[in-house]
Amino acid sequence: MSAPLPAARGPVSELALGLLLGDEPRPLPLLPAGIDVLRDDDVQLALWLLLELHHRGLQGVDPDLEWDPEVIRLRRDLEEVHLAAVHELVRDRLALVDPDDDLSAQIATLLAQDDGPSVADFLARRADAEQFRDFLRQRSIYHLKESDPHAFVVPRLDGPAKVALAELQYDEFGAGRPAGLHSLLFAQALQACGLDPAYGAHLDEARASTLAVNTTMSIFGLHRRWRGAAMGHLAAFESTSSLPCRRIATGSRRLGLPDALAAYYEEHVEADAVHEQLAVRNICMPMVAAEPELREDVLLGVAACLALDALAGREQLELWHAGVTQEVPA
Amino acid sequence: MSRATPAQVSVERCPGGPILVRGADVVRDAGGTEHEVTRPVVAVCACGMSGRAPWCDGTHKVVAAKGAG
Repeated sequence: MSAPLPAARGPVSELALGLLLGDEPRPLPLLPAGIDVLRDDDVQLALWLLLELHHRGLQGVDPDLEWDPEVIRLRRDLEEVHLAAVHELVRDRLALVDPDDDLSAQIATLLAQDDGPSVADFLARRADAEQFRDFLRQRSIYHLKESDPHAFVVPRLDGPAKVALAELQYDEFGAGRPAGLHSLLFAQALQACGLDPAYGAHLDEARASTLAVNTTMSIFGLHRRWRGAAMGHLAAFESTSSLPCRRIATGSRRLGLPDALAAYYEEHVEADAVHEQLAVRNICMPMVAAEPELREDVLLGVAACLALDALAGREQLELWHAGVTQEVPA
Repeated sequence: MSRATPAQVSVERCPGGPILVRGADVVRDAGGTEHEVTRPVVAVCACGMSGRAPWCDGTHKVVAAKGAG
């Protein structure tokens, strides 16, 4: 099922939507100086739309546009400014890494410095049911295509790292049981909570920082050149999942939300305790052993995951603390 | 019909973390209770602190952080 087309949020997303609906190509307008592209609704929505052509597609959009040169040109222009912002965002984190450490110690250094605010703690202890639903709407942008961005990397690897990535993804994709697909479990949890489980249903409510988490994953996954960053991202994502998922499940049970929701998060406590070991020890380490030049990219991916999650988490908590449960972009 | 090769069970220790087990059907805990294996690889708790024993739930990281502090 493809995503419905969202409303434009400014000139850049308007340009992207126009291109997707058959308008004559126009050059990307000059972005304002000092623009924070990772928190810019307009840029992030445009980038998300263009990347989505490679995932599930968009309703009413010609699927051939996936490889249209003008569409790719706009996507590349936006990816360039996005990646420059990601590099800037993680520079201080990466400076903490000891270049003489082995890879697992370097990843551990980055994970230990994680300063992300705890959305999971808020959900566990304080959130009300509407705040929980607000959180689920934001997370639906990723969880309804859970693990898809990292799947693009499978054919770009070989040897033990490829085997371990396939093993991890087999689990994400239901371990041979369609009913076990993690994206389906999330859709069922949404439905049980009275939220629309359709793919892309909450796109108009997705904040820039939520979209930036997703666009970063898709860029890393889609470009063979960023396969190291994609796997570093996966390692950080899985390594910061088990404990927060347990807290989120606790919050869900505290509020008496449907069992399907707590069950989804409890499944991830166990699954991601396995996946974090696979991602660090059985994917990133053999991958870098085979291709040592990927080490820096792996660390970039780890830091990008942590920094973008922290950005999105901080924004979410600020909104909750300000008493705004849901922000719909103008 | 018999299997061409017997099922192989492999065990991998993760330093400071759980034990990864592949190819097992059940894991029997210290009390003798059998726990069915439902995923291709399972992480068995090695720190003794998991809230979802015998499976790892990441608690070893909290224990390690407190120990270090």
